[in-house]
Amino acid sequence: MNPIKKTWNWIDDRSGYSDYVLPLLKHIVPRDARWWYVFGSATLTAFLVQVLTGICLAMVYVPGGDEAYESLKYITEQAFLGNLLRGMHYYGASAMVMLTVMHMCQVYLHATYKYPRELNWMSGVVLMMVVFGMAFSGQLLRWDDNGVWSVMVAAEMAARAPVVGPWISDFIFGGTVVGGATLTRFFVFHVFIMPAIIFAGIGLHLVFLMRHGVSEMPDPEKPVDPETYQEEYEERLEKTGVPFWPDAMWRDVVFSTFVVAGIVLCAALLGPPALSTPPDPSNIHSNPMPDWYFWWYFTVLSVLPSSMETWIILGAPVFGFLAVLLVPFISNKGHRAPGKRPWAVGVLVFGITSFVVLTIYGYYKPWSPDFGVDPLPESVIGATSGPIHEGGLLVHQKGCLYCHHIDGYGGHRGPVLSDIGQKLTREDITIRIMNGGYNMPSFAGSLSSDDLSNIVDFLLSRNPNQEITNE
Amino acid sequence: MNPESPEEQVSCEDCAARRSFLAKISIALSGVIGAMMTLPGVAFVLAPGFKKPKEVWRDIGKPEDFNDEFQLVRYEDPSPLPWAGVTSRSGAWVRMIDNEFTAFSITCRHLGCPVRWVKGPELFMCPCHGGVYYKDGTVAAGPPPEPLHRMQIRVRDGIVEIKTTPVPLTTTPLKPIDV
Repeated sequence: MNPIKKTWNWIDDRSGYSDYVLPLLKHIVPRDARWWYVFGSATLTAFLVQVLTGICLAMVYVPGGDEAYESLKYITEQAFLGNLLRGMHYYGASAMVMLTVMHMCQVYLHATYKYPRELNWMSGVVLMMVVFGMAFSGQLLRWDDNGVWSVMVAAEMAARAPVVGPWISDFIFGGTVVGGATLTRFFVFHVFIMPAIIFAGIGLHLVFLMRHGVSEMPDPEKPVDPETYQEEYEERLEKTGVPFWPDAMWRDVVFSTFVVAGIVLCAALLGPPALSTPPDPSNIHSNPMPDWYFWWYFTVLSVLPSSMETWIILGAPVFGFLAVLLVPFISNKGHRAPGKRPWAVGVLVFGITSFVVLTIYGYYKPWSPDFGVDPLPESVIGATSGPIHEGGLLVHQKGCLYCHHIDGYGGHRGPVLSDIGQKLTREDITIRIMNGGYNMPSFAGSLSSDDLSNIVDFLLSRNPNQEITNE
Repeated sequence: MNPESPEEQVSCEDCAARRSFLAKISIALSGVIGAMMTLPGVAFVLAPGFKKPKEVWRDIGKPEDFNDEFQLVRYEDPSPLPWAGVTSRSGAWVRMIDNEFTAFSITCRHLGCPVRWVKGPELFMCPCHGGVYYKDGTVAAGPPPEPLHRMQIRVRDGIVEIKTTPVPLTTTPLKPIDV
C-alpha cells in the first residue's frame, strides 16, 4: 500500500471520518427541494464571514473610551485592507440578518416546523434573536456618537420595565451614565457571549436537522399526520432520496458563492459605513439612527400613541419572541402546502409589507423636525417687501418649516401649508399658532404680535385660487 | 472479616447505596465547583447596578458667560474612569435671566436622544422620534411622557457649578398607566 494511503487509513481509522462524518455528508435527502433550501446554509456561510472578519478586526480594535473610535479610524483609513474587512463585516451582518429572516420565512411558508421538527424551529428562533442582538451590539461597537446614543436609547427602553428597569439600565451603562465602563460590556456580549451561543445553537440546530432529516417540499395531497409521518417519510426517502453531498449541496455552494461575492463586492465598492463624530455624550448635534434592519422598529417607536408606548416597548419583544417561538404549538400537523394555509400566507404577506413600509418611513422619518431646512426663496414667498415677505422669512426663522412643508420646502411632521390660505381663516390660523394643537407647540410665548400678524398674512397668501384671481 | 479481601471490595463497589452516595456527592461537589467559579464573577459584573449614584458639583464657567439664551455646557460625569476619554462628558442646556439660572439635561425623556435648543421658535427639539419641549422644559409635542430633567446650579466664589446627576431615566410607575 502506498504511504499516503496508509497514512490516510490510519487517520480515518483513529478519527472515525468514514464512520461518522461521511454518513452525515451523504445522508439521504429529498430530491424535490431544489433552490428553496439554500437560505439556511447561506446563513451559516455569512456567519463564517462574520467570525473570520471579526477575528481580524478584533486584532486591532480597542474596546475602550476614545480608543475604540481612533482604532476604527485606523482600521478604516490606514490599515492594509482594513477598509475592506470592516466593509465585509458590515455587509456580512446585513447578509446574515437578511438570510436568517429569509430562511425563517421559507420554513414558515412551507410549514416545515410541523411534526416532528418543532425543536428545529424553536432553536432557529432563539438563534435569530441572538443574531438580532449581534446586529444591535455590532452597530454600537462602531463607537461613534451614534453608538453612544444607541446605548442611551437601549438603557431608556430598559428603564421602562417595572421594578427592575432602572437597575437594568445601570447594568447596561456599567454605572449611572455612559462612560468608560459602557463599551467593554457590549464588546464582551458581541465577541464572547453571543458568538458562543450562536456556535452552540447552530450545533443543536444541525443535530435536530440530522435527527429528523431534511423535510420534503409540501404536498397538498399529503398533510402531516404524526401517527404515520415518520414511517412514510423514510419510505419515500428510500425510494426517491439523493445523497446530500453533492446532489443537494451543490446548490447551497452556488448560492453561498453569490452571497460571499456580494458581501465582498459591496465592501469593495461601497465601503463600510462612515464613522460619524467621536463618542461624546455631550454632543447635541448627533442624529441617532439604528442600522437599516432596525428602521422598522424605529418607526414603530415614533408613531405609537404614547399611552401604548410602554406596553409596546416592553411587551413587543417578549410577546413577539414568544409568539414566533411557539408557532409549532399552534398547529404541528395537517397541511403544509401554502395553498392550503391562507392565514399563514396572509401573515407572511402582512409581515413583509409592514416591514417594507415601516422601513421606508424609518428612512424618511417624517415625524422628526427637519433641522436643516432651507429658507423659502422669493419665488415661493411671492413678495419682496411688506408683511407677506416678512412672514415668509419668519416661517423659517421661527421654525415653522422644521415641521411644515410649503411648495417643496420644509419638513414633513405637520400638515402641508402650501394652500393653507384656502382652508383656514385669519382667526383660525391665529388661534392655531397661539394655542398650538394636536402635536403642535403653542407659539404664544415666543412670537411678538407683529411677527404673528406677518406670519398669518404670509400664510393667508398661500392660496392657489387667489393667485389665479389676482392675475 | 478482612476489608482488604478482593471479594469484599467488589461487592462494595457494586452496592447500590454506595453508588447512590457517590452520585449524590458528585452532584453536590459540582454545585460547589460551579458556585466557586461563578459567584465572584457574578458579583463583579452586577456590582455597578448596586452602586449609589455619586453627585458632584462641576465648574461650568463664570456668571458673565451666561445670558438669557440657552447654551450648551459640557462637564465631566460624576465618576470618570481614567480611560473614558470623551465618553466621560455630559451636557446640559443652561441660561441665566436676572441672576436666576435654568438648566436642563440634554437627554430627551422619550428614549434618551440629545435635544437641541432652537432659538427662533424657543423650543427644545429631539431629532429621533420628534419630541418637542417649551423653554420651561414642559412637553410641547411628540411622544415624551415627562418634561425635561431640571438640573441644579449654584454660584460659589464667582464660579457657576452644576450638580451632576445620573442619566434621567423615564421609569414606569407601579400603577396602571392612564390611557
